Amino acid sequence: MSLGHALWATLVRELRLAARAPGEVAQPLVFYTLVAAIFPLGVTANEPSLALYAPAIVWVAALLANLMTLERVFRSDFDDGSLEQLALANAPLSLIVAIKLLAHWLISGLPLALLAWPLGLGLGLNAEAAKVLGLGLLLGTPTLVLLGGFAAALTVGLPRAGVLLPILVLPMLAPVLIFGAGAVRAAAEGLDPAGPLYFLAALLALSVTLVPFAAAAALRNALEA
Amino acid sequence: MLKPTPLVLENLALARGDRVLFKAFSLSVQAGEVVHLTGRNGAGKTSLLEAIAGLRQPESGSLHGPQAEQLHWIGHKNGLHPALSAVENLQFWCGLSGANPANMGQVLDRLQLKAARLRPSRTLSTGQKRRSALARLLLLPRPWWLLDEPLSGLDLQGTALFAELVAEHRAQGGAVLLTSHQALPASCGPIRDVALT
Repeated sequence: MSLGHALWATLVRELRLAARAPGEVAQPLVFYTLVAAIFPLGVTANEPSLALYAPAIVWVAALLANLMTLERVFRSDFDDGSLEQLALANAPLSLIVAIKLLAHWLISGLPLALLAWPLGLGLGLNAEAAKVLGLGLLLGTPTLVLLGGFAAALTVGLPRAGVLLPILVLPMLAPVLIFGAGAVRAAAEGLDPAGPLYFLAALLALSVTLVPFAAAAALRNALEA
Repeated sequence: MLKPTPLVLENLALARGDRVLFKAFSLSVQAGEVVHLTGRNGAGKTSLLEAIAGLRQPESGSLHGPQAEQLHWIGHKNGLHPALSAVENLQFWCGLSGANPANMGQVLDRLQLKAARLRPSRTLSTGQKRRSALARLLLLPRPWWLLDEPLSGLDLQGTALFAELVAEHRAQGGAVLLTSHQALPASCGPIRDVALT
């Protein structure tokens, strides 16, 4: 019962904090939309090849928007001492980390996935490919948040972590980008996108299983530094 | 009555990064004792408290003491998110620790935080933040208090109140291990000074 209380309290707190800072929540979404919307301005009007690049544009914009929010996942807890209380809570730190990352995905990852479908259509994708783009982001954004959260935990105690984070995170996220964009390309060409989507699901399953433990260990290490 | 597990440290060695803080520190603390760790800056007082709390692994030696659910840890930092009020921060902590927040009003009243309870913590004074952190001690009775510079930022009234809390905790059989660069009030009762050299 107390485990459930601890996890629920963590989820409520994270959502409450997001509600207190709507600007911070909106910032990456605006960035994501702007990057996707500004891209067509650089090519000829109604350029058909834009649809070819649409998956890459949306996925890279999502990666970058995700990067913008990563540093604050654990930073304030580390700075204000809440992390020590989390480490001593009635719930394993790995589960608390999982809940924090779930909240972070609900706040910043899920909206990216929901916006992908209209953005894809706007970039010239057909309806089927735009749907697969949205589905891919729905499977891929939790992995972005999880792997990004792990990198954020690794760097939480370091000064200028914001510079180090992209260097750590982007190579880890390359498979997500490859399979996410690959699924859309397959759908746009009339092929079955299930294969790359299954790979995204497998990456998600692997991340959900491993990252909370690894991130909790990294946070404990940061407390000992 | 509280029944703290005795704390027994034998030949404990602690390091911070590459720096060895101490190599063979031994200490035993029983129920009803208040122990004040003293020592120069950097002697390892905070690190020792962290090790007892389970936040830091010793290099060697043995450490037998309270489990996380038997202790209160109040470190240098107050553990208050600046965007949340004292009430919201404490509600969150109650969820984490299993404390019942029903008597929060009384606790905040006693710590003279009633008027400031709904303000974001970032707008509180240093002393008010410290009092908000100390509120955790009253929200959930636990036999062990590990306190790192608990008087930091407290005014005379706050210091006297803290001494009252320590005396009450001791009377209930609880144990306290603390560090403080400020003199502890006599009203805390008998205090054993232990030097870390």
